[in-house]
Parts: sequence; C-alpha cells; structure tokens
Amino acid sequence: MTSRRVLRRWQLYAMLVLPVAYLAIFNYWPMIGIQIAFRSYNPAGGMWGSPWVGVANFETFMNSYLFWPVIKNTLVLHFYALVATFPLPIILALALNYVKRRWFSRVVQMITYAPHFIPTVVVVGILFAILDPNSGIYVLALEKLGVPVPDFLSDPLWFRHVYVWSGAWQTMGFSAIVYLAALAGIDPELHEAATVDGASRIRRVWHIDLPGIAPVAIILLILSMGSTLSTGFEKVLLMQNALNLDSSQVIDTYVYQVGLGSQVPQFSYGAAIGVFQSVVGLVLIVAANRIARWMTDSSLW
Amino acid sequence: MSAVVLGLFAASVLYPLIYVLSASFSSPDAITSGQMWLWPVDVTTRAYETVFEYQTIVTGFVNSAIYTVGGTAFAVSLTLLAAYPLSRKDLPARNVIMVFFVIPMVFSGGMIPTYLVVRELGMLNTRWALIIPGVVAVWNVIITRTFFQITIPNELLDAAHMDGCSDFRFFLRIVLPLSKPIIAVNALFYGVAQWNSWFNALIYLTNDQLFPLQLVLRQILIQNTVDPSQVQAIAEGNTKEDIRDLLKYAVIVIASLPPLLAYPFVQKQFVRGVRIGSLKG
Repeated sequence: MTSRRVLRRWQLYAMLVLPVAYLAIFNYWPMIGIQIAFRSYNPAGGMWGSPWVGVANFETFMNSYLFWPVIKNTLVLHFYALVATFPLPIILALALNYVKRRWFSRVVQMITYAPHFIPTVVVVGILFAILDPNSGIYVLALEKLGVPVPDFLSDPLWFRHVYVWSGAWQTMGFSAIVYLAALAGIDPELHEAATVDGASRIRRVWHIDLPGIAPVAIILLILSMGSTLSTGFEKVLLMQNALNLDSSQVIDTYVYQVGLGSQVPQFSYGAAIGVFQSVVGLVLIVAANRIARWMTDSSLW
Repeated sequence: MSAVVLGLFAASVLYPLIYVLSASFSSPDAITSGQMWLWPVDVTTRAYETVFEYQTIVTGFVNSAIYTVGGTAFAVSLTLLAAYPLSRKDLPARNVIMVFFVIPMVFSGGMIPTYLVVRELGMLNTRWALIIPGVVAVWNVIITRTFFQITIPNELLDAAHMDGCSDFRFFLRIVLPLSKPIIAVNALFYGVAQWNSWFNALIYLTNDQLFPLQLVLRQILIQNTVDPSQVQAIAEGNTKEDIRDLLKYAVIVIASLPPLLAYPFVQKQFVRGVRIGSLKG
C-alpha cells in the first residue's frame, strides 16, 4: 500500500533529489567530518585516514593558556551584545506603533532597515573611517568638545563597545519587524476598553503591548542564545588587530587562526575547538529554555 | 513622544550614511581636517574616477556580479524544489524528510570540516567554491514551504490530479506562476547574502583574479593596502595613504549600492516574508 503511494508520488521525490543531495554533501558530510577532531591530521592520511588520537586535541585546548581567556571573551562579548541590543528593537517597534503620521513611520522604517543590507566589510570600513584616530569625524568632534579620546579601534576595552553598539546600529530596525507583527496581532478591543477606562498610553504599553509581545520576545531571546556564539564572527575577525586581541580573540576567530589562517594549518586541533563551541552553544540554548519555562509560560520546546 | 524617539533612531542610523556619501564627493583634505561633517566640501568626483581606474576593484565588481547571479539562481532553484514537495500533505514520509532538512539548522560541521569537504571536492580556487557551498539556507526552505501551504489551495491540486495533470506539470504551470512574491523574497535574501559575503572567498580562494569585491574592499579599507601602480596618474606625488583616503569613501558607496538599490523595490514582500517566517516557522 505505502509503496504504491510512493510510486504515485515519485515526481515529488524527484524534485527532492537535488536539494537532499546538496544537504548531504555540504551539511551532513562535514558533520561526519567532525571525526577529524579525534585524529591527528596529516596530508598523507587526509580527512578519513589520519591516525586516531582520541581526545588529545581537546585536552591540548583545555590545557592551553588561551582556553579561559578565549571562552571568557566569547561569553562576555555575546552576552553584552545580547543584553544591550535586546530592548532597542522593542522600543523602536512600540514608537512606530504609536506614531500618528503613517508617512513618518514608513520613512523611519525605511531608514532603520537600511543598515541590514550593508555588507559587513563596509560596516567595519565605515567604523574604521569615522573612528580613525587622526581623521575620524567622531574623534575630531570629541576632541573639539575637549573630551579625552580613547583609541576606539585598538583599545581592547573599547573593542567590545564599538562591536556591540555598531551591531545595534546594524540590526535594530530589522529586528523590529517581528515585534511590529506581534503588536499588529494584539486585539484592538483591549486598547479601546483600556482607553475608555482612562488608562494612559504608558499604562497601555505596560499592561497590553508588552505582555502581548512577550512570547515572541522570549522565543527570540532563546533562539539568539543558541546562535549567539556563531553570529558576528565575521565582524569580529574584521575588527580584530594585534592590539585588541586581548578582548577580540573569541572561539571562532581562534579556530580560524589555528585551522586556516596560519602558515601551518592544524586542522584537527581547530576542528576540536570548533566542537567545543557547539557544545557550549547547546548548553546555553538548553539553559535558556529551562529558565524561560521556569519564569514564564513560553518556551521553544 | 513617539515621534521624538523615532527621530532619534532615524538620525543615529542615518548620520554615518550621509557622512560617508558626502565624504565620497569631498576633497580628502576637507575630510581629514574635519571641515566636512555633513554636506560635501570642495565638491569633486575624483574619487569615483580613481575607483574606475583601479583595475582590482573593477575586476572584483565583475566577479561579485557573477557570484551573486550564479549563486542566487542556484540557491533559489534548490529552495523551490525542496519547499514544494515538503508543502504537500500527501508526500509519503514527509515528517522524516522534514527532520532531515531541520537538523542542519541546529547542527553543523563547523568551519574546518566544511573547508576540508570543499577541498576534497576539488573546488578550491575555482568560481564554484563561491557559487555552490553554503548558499542554500534551510530557513528559506521553511518560509517558502509555508507560503505554498497558505497560497496554493488543495482544491486546485485535486482538480488538476483529476484531469490527469502530473506533479511536475502542476508545479511548473500552476505553482510557480502563483509564487512570484516568494521567489522575489528568496532572490533578495540570497542575492544580498551573496553580494555581501567575503569569508568563503577568504578561505577558498588564493587567486586574486577571482576575488569578489568584498575581499578587495577588505584589503583597501581594513588592511590599508593599496596598489599605487594601478592608478598611475594619481600616484604621482601622492603617498599610499593619500590614495587610500581618496578611494575609501567612494568604494564604500559603490559596494553598498547594489543591495540598497534592490531593497526598496521588494521591501514590502521582503518584510512579508520575514513575518511569514517568524510567525509560522
């Protein structure tokens, strides 16, 4: 019976052949390729034939003097980004929702979405231009105000602030879309009833809008917990230089450095550090889900 | 109140963009001295003229166009081919196949195993390395599948089956013509991602004749390397720094233009696509 159903729908399977083969080659094959982390890669043996070394690569990383600094940098940078940029799109969406003039709202949306489309290389290029210690307009403006100007681009402390707030600039408009959709889904009768009862706008935001978007916000927060370690890697790599390495060396950039960026690539060691990152990411997303389920009713699973 | 908040948001986003645009039309001296802070000072188009003389940038632009068109066409085709069967309730073993598609959203091999696979396939240092690996996103497959489920009525399919129409024909003649909005959304998603990507080029390519524009930009804007021999006329009597200062704002504008120009045209559909994905994903 089943085989006859399959036979009748063979054309659907034929459509799936290419996409499935694609995922098998470019997603599943590398997943199996993770086994290289348990080998000691050499060119003769290659990916599938180099000698097994067990967990030696993991031990090397855990005993490395860079282990704790790199883990700490990764967590600090991404938690800072998460906490600092989380409220902005919500505030933006609420303001967009309450403004009376529709054209003004549309113009603001247009403007705030724009950075989402600007290439990362260009964003970092703009940062380097406007924060240049000699000619950057932000630096010149601060000097004019008589404020002592830090070296934004090479001070390890400032690396984090520049990374996080330029990230807010890039993403807040686009992230607001989801909240706007959630706000549009709130029953207008709630607002009418509250207005009749004499509730102020602030009170309506607090008692109607925020609870209305809370489930979406929590799910987004959990999702970003899981992906937080891998997002932004390209920007970190672009902003990284020898002077700010103390705070800009995160797990991903370290994997790149030992595995692909160096003259003598250590594929096995790099892959092992990569596995470490996935494990930390998984722990974070599970923990976030637990906390969300404990504190509220929304959770991912 | 909300208008003030919105004004602040808009101004803080807009200012760096206006500054860069004005700077690209100003003389380097006016920029480095801080005279130029909003509108162009000493208006000139010399920066743009220099950019078009700079062969590496022109080559990069052409390469990026090839990768964007090729990669987008490939990714959109595969996404549609995956999404349609998955949207059909009568696809036997649909849930098993769905799981196969969702797993890569959660787990990945990571940077190094992926690199090694691309190397094993012999794609290193070829254009294929930027057109095929890593361009298809499962997220888009799911959004597209949801679109099909919402917009293609079951009655239409039943009627077509009754008339002896095959699944291939139904897909090509009925589904695709009804799906222009989602095709546009996919093309924009993939196109912008392709145009903006640089990291794959960094690890897969060593031949600089194949470099996409973003990698060339990285050399000029971030690593501060320019090649004065490419702009002979301007190189006379100017240091490398002078040339870089002259070039940098114009290349920033040129590199951002294609995605920024594309987006107002499809903005409505794009936003709708994001909403479908976020609410029904």
